[in-house]
Amino acid sequence: MADLDVFRQQTRAWLEENCPQSMRTPQRADNDACWGGRKFTFASEDQKLWLERMAARGWTAPDWPTEYGGGGLSQQEHKVLREEMARINARPPLSSFGVWMIGPAILKVGSEELKRQHLPPIVRGEIRWCQGYSEPGAGSDLAGLQTRAEDHGDHFIVNGQKIWTSYADKADWMFCLVRTNPDAKKQLGISLVLFDMTTPGVSTRPIKLISGSSPFCETFLDNVRVEKSQVVGEINAGWTIAKYLLTHEREMIGGMGRTAAGQKTLPQIAVDAVGLEDGKLADGMLRGELATWDLDAAAFALTAERVLDEAKAGQGVGAASAMLKYYGTELNKRRQELMVALHGSDGLLWEGEASREGAIARNWLRSKGNSIEGGTTEVQLNVIARNILGLQ
Amino acid sequence: MAALVLNEEQQMLKDAAKRFLSESAPVSQLRALRDNRDETGFSRELWQSMVEMGFVGTLIPEALGGAQFGYVGMGQVSEQAGRNLSASPLISTAIGGVAALLLAGSSEQQQALLPQVAEGSLLLALAIDEAPRHAPNRVATRLQVADGGYLLNGRKTFVVDGHVADKLIVSARSEGAEADQAGISLLLVDRNAPGVNVERIIMADSRNAAIVSFDNVKVASGDLLGEAGNAWAALELTLDVVNAQLAGELLGLSLEVFERTVAYLQERKQFGVTLSTFQALQHRCAHLFSELELVKSAVLKAQMALDAGDAEAAQWVSLAKAKACEVAELATNEAVQMHGGMGMTDEFDIGLFMKRARSVQTLFGDYRYHANRFAALRGY
Repeated sequence: MADLDVFRQQTRAWLEENCPQSMRTPQRADNDACWGGRKFTFASEDQKLWLERMAARGWTAPDWPTEYGGGGLSQQEHKVLREEMARINARPPLSSFGVWMIGPAILKVGSEELKRQHLPPIVRGEIRWCQGYSEPGAGSDLAGLQTRAEDHGDHFIVNGQKIWTSYADKADWMFCLVRTNPDAKKQLGISLVLFDMTTPGVSTRPIKLISGSSPFCETFLDNVRVEKSQVVGEINAGWTIAKYLLTHEREMIGGMGRTAAGQKTLPQIAVDAVGLEDGKLADGMLRGELATWDLDAAAFALTAERVLDEAKAGQGVGAASAMLKYYGTELNKRRQELMVALHGSDGLLWEGEASREGAIARNWLRSKGNSIEGGTTEVQLNVIARNILGLQ
Repeated sequence: MAALVLNEEQQMLKDAAKRFLSESAPVSQLRALRDNRDETGFSRELWQSMVEMGFVGTLIPEALGGAQFGYVGMGQVSEQAGRNLSASPLISTAIGGVAALLLAGSSEQQQALLPQVAEGSLLLALAIDEAPRHAPNRVATRLQVADGGYLLNGRKTFVVDGHVADKLIVSARSEGAEADQAGISLLLVDRNAPGVNVERIIMADSRNAAIVSFDNVKVASGDLLGEAGNAWAALELTLDVVNAQLAGELLGLSLEVFERTVAYLQERKQFGVTLSTFQALQHRCAHLFSELELVKSAVLKAQMALDAGDAEAAQWVSLAKAKACEVAELATNEAVQMHGGMGMTDEFDIGLFMKRARSVQTLFGDYRYHANRFAALRGY
């Protein structure tokens, strides 16, 4: 039997034995996701157990090297693990900006000291991370950021303000872009630094959105001391790493609005809400708009699939992430508009018993941010025009 | 699920089609045929070369003289035909005619006719629609039983290459009401048979079609494709095969006008700078680029689904044709606008792409037809 088949059998048996039954159901509520960290309260004993068991094997970060607590799996083994988890509908044991974002960056360019310090607690879900990128004066023009890090020999003193920091109030550490050389060209004076959120001078304030409460925060940095050993990669070379991390963020946001397995599709929701007449949606204009969206959504899902397949085959366009981000977010905004329209006045319910927490209206309003966060639609179109089409 | 990428053989076929059609059947050839008011509407010499290249037999089984490269394979030829506006009976004969024989014909009929198609000695044409807007179930043409055979009466329109085809593949009603799917038959009719009247019509895209009328045309029972009155499923699948290729042609055509437009923006100067520096134009191009990426995926998926005999192939085909129509319309309209006054001149090729796009969009169902079909197939 091939090694991979053996691995599959063993993985299947282990998962059968170790994945608690309650962790084999879809995540519904927000607190069904396990974010870990010092301040995290587990929703259930099973959730805690599942994290601990997976983390002990390094399977919260399956492809990281075992010396840093990872699973040390090959690409194919990782794929088998994903398939076997999907087979029993196992929930992800951990949702983590550490695993998704800063961990891979530290692995790629971080010092040995940083790897040993930060990677194992990420794998174990002990430290929760947040991302300090945007500033009030640096949104689309992120490289224009002004948060200053002054050189004090073995450490920096950081002053400035970050905005749109997701979960800053719940996170334990921040990875943060700061200006270490104010005299260089703007992209060349930026460093990526790490600090504990309990460091004196760090404070956060949540941001309320048009859709209501949100994970976003403002973060204020007032004479915050950051050791030089906590710089990821070279000093003043932070922009390259930041761009690498942004690609990942774009892909995540671009993937929003896709129908997950087991969920009702938008046409099914429409049929339930509006009804059929002679086999067709009872509202002809709505049916037409819905079909237009459905065609685009189906072709977009195929495109995301094709981009992956091409990447595996070593073909494909490098800037595909800009296209996926642009189209995916615009598509989700259209989806949410249709959701409100097809539910009529029920789509605008906000509070109270019958409102289901106003989910339809709040999701609709929240989706407006999809084409702003992680690089606006306009920035993505610039990237496509300049980098792929050579229009400049 | 198969990966959405071409395999090595398909990539080679694409490269071969690209080289051959850009050299032997470029846009200038279509322009010359138009300007010379050519009676045939395509070059028979070109068709013979396409036979030799194996393109004509792409869908035909090896045992019957073809290359048996499948729908994805043929899709590569269609895409390049779109890029070059290559005028040939590819759609009518090598795709539509062959598909109808493969899907509805008996093995005797296939053995008699497909080798002739593969060697280039037989041209076919599909005579399906009766009204200007595509509606394959609306069949008023009647097939009546008479003297051990049949009599055919009726009129068909937008019969592509109908004026040169040796044989027509005709849908006719054996029973039922005019819009019923049940009761439809498919049959072979010689273009020169007594009672067949063919009127050539010249379309905006300078390609050929015909209005064909049948006046008490005698049809032998051996010329029926499949059972009388029971051809709907085969007809629908034949149209799916053709539409997946028309979507491929639209993709190639759209990519070509798009690339020409981007190149023009990089070259044309106004206000002392190239047009490519204007963000208003950059963003429209970037949007079009994204739409074209969606069309590429949808077209490949449809052709793969047909090759795999996927139960949902009809859905994928309508997705591909609808998206390809929508984006071809956008791409050709943007191309004319961004070429400015030059885009309006006959001297520039851009207008030829626009005319061909609308013709292919209209043939066998436009965006609205396929969006409607897609929705119906998905239960709404």
